Parts: sequence; structure tokens; C-alpha cells
Amino acid sequence: MGALISVTVLGMVIMLLGVMEKKNWILPVIMTGLVIAFGINVTEWNTNHHYFNEMMYVNNFSVAFTGVLIFMSALVFMFSGNYYKSVERPLEDIYSLMLFSLTGAILMTSFSNLVMLFLGIEILSISMYILAGSKKFDLASNEAAMKYFLTGSFATGFLLFGIALIYGSTGSFNLNEIATHNALNSHTLPQYFSIGVILLMIGLSFKLAVAPFHFWAPDVYHGSPTLITAFMATVVKIAGIAAFYRLFVISFSNVSEIWVRTLLIFSVATIFAGNLAGLYQNNMKRMLGYSSIAHAGYMIMGIVALNKTSAGALLLYSASYSLVTIAAFGIIILVREARQNDDIETFNGLARTNPYMSFTLTIAMLSLTGIPPLAGFAAKYYLFATAMEEGYLWLVILALIGSAISAVYYFKPIIAMYLKEGQHPAIQATTSYSILLVSITILTLLLGLIPSLLLII
Amino acid sequence: MITGLLIIIPVLGSALVMFSRKDKNVRRNAFIISLLEFILSLFVLLSFTNSGLPELSFSLPWLKGAGISFNFALDGLSLLMVLLTTFLFPVIILSTSSFQSRRLNILFGSVLILETALIGVFTARDGIMFYIFWELALIPAYFITALWGGKDRIRITFKFFIYTMTGSLMMLGAIIWLYLHTPAPHSADFSDLYKVAASRNNQFWLFAAFFLAFGVKIPVVPLHTWQPDTYTEAPPAGSMILAGVMLKMGIYGILRMLIPLCRDALPVLQPVIIAIVTAGIVYASVIAIKQTDLKRFIAWVSIAHVGLITAGVLSMNSIAIRGAVIQMISHGINVVGLFVITDIIQRRYNTREMNNLGGIARLDPLLGTLFMIILLGTIALPLTNGFVGEFMLLLGLFKYNSWIAALAGTTVIFSAVYMLRMYQKVMLGTASSGLSPEMKQLSVVEIATLIPLVIMVLVIGCFPGPFLKLAEPALENIYALIIVIPN
Repeated sequence: MGALISVTVLGMVIMLLGVMEKKNWILPVIMTGLVIAFGINVTEWNTNHHYFNEMMYVNNFSVAFTGVLIFMSALVFMFSGNYYKSVERPLEDIYSLMLFSLTGAILMTSFSNLVMLFLGIEILSISMYILAGSKKFDLASNEAAMKYFLTGSFATGFLLFGIALIYGSTGSFNLNEIATHNALNSHTLPQYFSIGVILLMIGLSFKLAVAPFHFWAPDVYHGSPTLITAFMATVVKIAGIAAFYRLFVISFSNVSEIWVRTLLIFSVATIFAGNLAGLYQNNMKRMLGYSSIAHAGYMIMGIVALNKTSAGALLLYSASYSLVTIAAFGIIILVREARQNDDIETFNGLARTNPYMSFTLTIAMLSLTGIPPLAGFAAKYYLFATAMEEGYLWLVILALIGSAISAVYYFKPIIAMYLKEGQHPAIQATTSYSILLVSITILTLLLGLIPSLLLII
Repeated sequence: MITGLLIIIPVLGSALVMFSRKDKNVRRNAFIISLLEFILSLFVLLSFTNSGLPELSFSLPWLKGAGISFNFALDGLSLLMVLLTTFLFPVIILSTSSFQSRRLNILFGSVLILETALIGVFTARDGIMFYIFWELALIPAYFITALWGGKDRIRITFKFFIYTMTGSLMMLGAIIWLYLHTPAPHSADFSDLYKVAASRNNQFWLFAAFFLAFGVKIPVVPLHTWQPDTYTEAPPAGSMILAGVMLKMGIYGILRMLIPLCRDALPVLQPVIIAIVTAGIVYASVIAIKQTDLKRFIAWVSIAHVGLITAGVLSMNSIAIRGAVIQMISHGINVVGLFVITDIIQRRYNTREMNNLGGIARLDPLLGTLFMIILLGTIALPLTNGFVGEFMLLLGLFKYNSWIAALAGTTVIFSAVYMLRMYQKVMLGTASSGLSPEMKQLSVVEIATLIPLVIMVLVIGCFPGPFLKLAEPALENIYALIIVIPN
């Protein structure tokens, strides 16, 4: 709760700094503010407190996910200084919009009422619609914003309709009351309750880019400014999966026969849609777009296999996925800035000119593939073990096949960097940038060797 | 503790090597570290009591409360494989001492990381750790072949990567399944995995998953297509490690995991699998006869020889399994020897094409002699290392089924045919016109590389007893696991 308030205040402070034209203050203030928010968030560990007539409920789950969200946002902000360095304006609008969408994301991890879920999603989404189009004179960016907005509002329609149907059948917006109602009337639930659950699921799947509702993602990821894409592929995804989990584990876990089979199909479809389409990409941003679709599919496995360990598995998974995805986008930003292009061919010969950068990207790709001893392996292992424990053996086998397929395209940039010859000159990166990339690499390794660090919920 | 040191030293050493600037220092440091590792493994041998149980264990938690830990220990079988690894690595590093390339520090650094991964696989006592190190071995192996390989290396190494990766992911699935069938709280410790009573039907699936992983690595015939290309195009050090040590991971895996875990399914599947593998032996032998590129030739020879080992192990006959263990060591030594000699020839005459070579034995009699000894070891002449293993393998297979043994026995004839034909073309006859007459003799480093290998060929050939005795208690434990639940 404190984190939510402090991030909101931070967003407003940044707008104020923009009015005062203090360009050099903005990033330091954001970093300080996020550190404070992170600290406040940590103090709420083990408090389990309800706020605003049970509109929000802060428990360890929400604290852990909020922590990861703030941390990942901070990483994205660290890359932003370099990304926007040629822009003269203070850019307070972009930074505060990012902070507001972080607010929405935090709300999505700690809601206890369907209205709050809806509010969180909208706060997050509306900021993201604007951010996707923030490169105002770029055609692709405009297209991305339009596509994102149209499909997003369509999904919101589904979501609202679902909420309405559930309210109609259970008489409450409160997650716990819905659960109690379901438990008491499990045999007399009307047909439209099931429809409501499925509609809610569809709405959330849209936001998470889960197949068959993923078609907007590649274009939007490709067209948006790279920094925003990094934010979208990580923070938005973590928030979405956290909301998905929280909603389904509290309210609908006792009526799982309604939704679990559909979600199972969604999961398999997403893994294969993402990985198979990823094979045919020759642009890094698009490829990571499809990769993020595939990873949403793996994360959905954690919801299909709801049990006591799946929250921890999802936390570990989203953290390890986001960490390396942000690193990959950070490198794409540099390469694109130097070479005006982010096709995979642009990375040819990068290992010779920029060995540390190539090493970081290699570690990122290997972690996304799930190669031990990196974080991606530990996360995949834990998630797959959870799914198998609940008896979804076939799902795990299909996911393993999906992982094997994904190795093919994750290796494309590695092959380009190390094995192909390029004529490009070396890319200049500032020391702080290199330090950031190296520390992400170390963190990836650390999380792989000691995954218990994050298996706290 | 000493086991932990064994695993950590090469990886720490690789950091030292990677940050060495001069090529000369890189080579020296890498060699010294691998030699230290070998000496350490000899110390391990001294403090080893060979009780049959895992000894000298080293354990750190990985996932708290989940029963998965960095758990390493040695039994006789592990120790033999570790000794093979630590013995071959200094030889391999020494043999590539005149290999010229850019970024040698990365090459030798990767070689040492690979050594850590291999020792990790051979000493792991935890299913998940086994997988982690198994997969860890793939990454440096991929980069060694991809960065320093020959022409068309991108496509070839990619195929290699995808094949092995797919195989090992299936193994991961199987290990997770087993892990979840241990009594709660789950544990991935080998001793707990062995206790899982999987129904025969489930064991079929386990077998499929494990065999895919191990079969690709070995490789056995229908899964072998990545191998000839990869061995041919890999740099010398890469081919030697892949053929000498890495493929033993597959056979070790069959012994350590597949046989104990699929004990009920195996008798049912045995006829089919052994028939396929045996057919593969003959197939690979016939193809080997037609090869003219020396490295590709060795690749096919290797498929034929390890096919026999695999067939022997899968027959679950105690004599054949003992033979397989000896033959794993012998094959590692022989195949590395063959690759070393190929490398010497290629460096000197700039070709590996048999038809362009000839008469080398007259130019360089010492090379001719050393080559002959290693070659006889490969053919399995009595008193060389190949004989002991191959004889026991064939004897064991004969007890399983005389027809299979007869078919597999043709490899001995075939190997005499193709090896001697190769020797004749390369070493005997008149020197081909393309070769300059004043060839250099073997250098001191090259002699130092070959002599340990030749000595081991003869030592194992004459005194196989100690090696068998070292593996025996560990193998007894594996037999005990097989018969613990008769159907």
C-alpha cells in the first residue's frame, strides 16, 4: 500500500519537475523514489493488511510481486537515460506515464475486489497506449499505439462483461465473497457464471498476449519505442500474470473445472504459437515479442497447475524472464542507436567489437532457452515441476518440446554475433551501461545457483 | 571436500586462462591447471577405499526444502570416468599446443569449463545436478566447435546443438517425473530416484526419454547424423573432447540411470534396441571402409565401436557391462590417439585426404610405430587395451544371444579391414608426390603427447585387472538395483 502511494506521488513529483524544467533532476529523483518505494514495500512483509473496505489486500504475494515490479522498472529507467539522451525536452510526460503504469501494475498485484482489478488494468493500459505512440513522428509507433489501443479496449470490454456476469451470479465484487459463494452454491451456479469466468479469462489473456489473443503483440512490440517495449514485455507481463494468479487462486480455484481445460489449451497454443512464429523472425524486437508470447504460455502453466508452490514458481519465473529480457532490450537500444537498425543481421560480428555486450546477450538468450545453471533454468525447472506435480505430464512434455524449438531462434543472435563477419565499427557504451549489463549477468547466474532467494512465497 | 575441489578447480582455472593475455601464457596456464587436476584426481584415488558406496561426498543446498542439492560423490565407476577425463585433458591441451588461432584464451577457457562440466556429470549424485552439468557441458562444446570449426560450421554445430538439446530436455522431463514420484518431501538424490517403483508402462516412457538423451550423445545409429560432420569440422581439441570424453557421458548415463530406472522395461525392449544398435555397428563399419577423409573416417569408426559398447551395456549381462567399462576407457584413449595423429599429419602435410598421403612411416618411423600401436589397440589385438574390452563385450553378448554376438563380432573383422587399409594408404607405400621429402620428425611436445597414450594402450592391455577391480563394487551395486524388484 505504501509502495502504491509512494510511486503515485513520485509520478506527480516528476510532472512537477518537468514544469520546472529540471531535466537533470528527473532520473535521480526517480531512482531515489523507487528505492524508497522498494524500502516501504519491504516493510509491509508479513503484515497481511486490508485497506479501503477490503478493496485491497496486501499480503506476501503482493509484496513480493510489487518488489519485483519496482526492481524491473528501475532497471528500465536505468537504460532510459541513454535511450533519450539526444532529446532536449525534460520528458516528464513519458517518465510519469511509466510511473503511473507501474502504479497500475502494483494495483494489479494487490487487489481484493474486481473493481480494483479493473482500475489497475486500466491505469496500466491507458498509460501504455500513450507510451506506445510516444514516438510521435514515427509511423510504426503510431500504428502500434492504435493497434494496442483498439485491441486493448476490445479486451477491456470482455473483462467488464465478465465482471458484470460474475457480479450478477454471485452478488459481489469481493474476491473472497465470490469464493465463499461458489463454495456454498457449487451445484446451483448459473450458466452465465461460467461464461463470466471465461470472459474474464479472455480479457486477461488479451492483456498477457496469450494465444489465441496474441496477434496484436508482435506489431505493437516492434513499433513501440524500444524502451517502452522493454517495459511492456516485462513489467506489464509480470503484473498481468500476478493479477491472473491472484484472481483465479482466490475466487475461482474451487470451480476450476469450468476454466482449467480452456486455459490448458491456451497455454499449449501460446507456447507453440510463440515459439513456432519466433523461428521465422529476422528482427530482434519482433523475435523477443514472440519470445514473450511463448513465455506467457509457460507462465500460464503455473495457473493451470494451481497449488501452493505455483506462486513462488511464477515469481521466480517472471523475475528471471524479465531480468534477461531487459538486458536484451538494453543491448538492442545500443545497437540500434549505433547502426540504425535492429535486424538480427545487424548483430553480425558484434563479439569481435563488443565482447562484453555480446557475452551479456548470450547469457540472456541462454537463460531464456533455459540452459543451466542460469536463472531461466531454475525458473523453468520449478514451474515444470509444479505442473507435473499436479498431474499435467503432457503439458510439461509439450512445454519441453516448445523449449527445444525456442533454442533455434534464441541461437540466431548468438550465431550472428560470434560466427558471422560484420563490417560495423565498435559500439561505444558508457562505463555505467557496461556495469549495468555485467551486473544483470551476475544476477542471472546468482539466481540460477541460489533460486531459493526468490522462492519466498 | 576433495570432490568439490575437483569440480571447482578447472572453472576457476578457466577464469585465469581467459584473462591471460599472451597466447604462450594461455597454453601454459591451461596445461598446468589440467595437470594439477590430474594430480588431484590421483590423490582422490589414493584416499579412495572402494567400498561400493558413494564416497568423499560433497554437498551444498540448491533449492532449500525441495530435496535438491549440489550433491557429488564418487564410486568406482565415477572415479574411473573422472580419471579418464583428467588424464585425457592435459594430453588434449598439450596436443593442441601448436594450434594457431585468434582468441586462444577463450578456447582454452572453454575447454576447462567443459572439464568441470564433465567431472560434474560423472560425480553427480542428484538427478537435477546430473542434468545441470550435462547441459552445462553442451555450451562450451558448442562454442568450441562453432568458433574454431572448419567450413560450414554454423549449420553443422547448430544441428549438433539442437539434437543434444532436444534429447536432454526429454531427460529433464523424465527426471522431474521421477523426482515427483519419490515420497514427499521429494528428493532428487539418486538413491531416492532408484527407489521409485514405476510401472512397466511408465518405464517405457522413461526409457524413451533417457535413451533419446543418451543415444544422441553416444551416438547410436538412428540418432547419429550430427556426429560425422561435427567431428570432422570441429577443431582438433573439440573432436578429441567430444569423442574421447563427452560421448562417455551417454554410456555412463545408461549405466547410472537408464538401466536401474528402467529395469522392468528393458528386458522387453532389449531385443529391438540391441538389434538396431548392432545393425548400426555393421552399418557404420561398412561406411567407415569407404571414407577417405581421416577425421570423418575416425568419426565412423567411433560410431561402430561405441555401438558395440552400447549393445553390451544394454544386454545387462555382467561380463558385457564390465567389458563396456574397460572399453569406455580404451576407446577414450584410442580415439584421442587417432585424432592426435591425424592432427599431426594434417599440420605437417596440410591434408587429411588418405589418397593424397602415403609413405609417412618411411619418413618418420617413430610416428609410424606409435600410430601402429594405437591402431592395434583400436583393432583389439590381444595385449592391447581394445582386446580386453571387446572380448568381454562379445562374450557377454554371446551369452545374451549368439546371433547378435556373431553379427557384432564382425566389427572385429571390419575394424581390421578399415584400420589396416587406412594405415596402408597413409603410412606405407611411396611418398605421394605432393609431400615434400624433408619432413620434420616428431617434436618433443608431440612425443610427450603420444607416449602417455601409447603407454596406457599397453598397460590396460596387459593389466586390466586393477581397472576392473576399481569399477567392480560400483557395478555390483548397479546389478543389485536391477534385480531388486523382479518384475
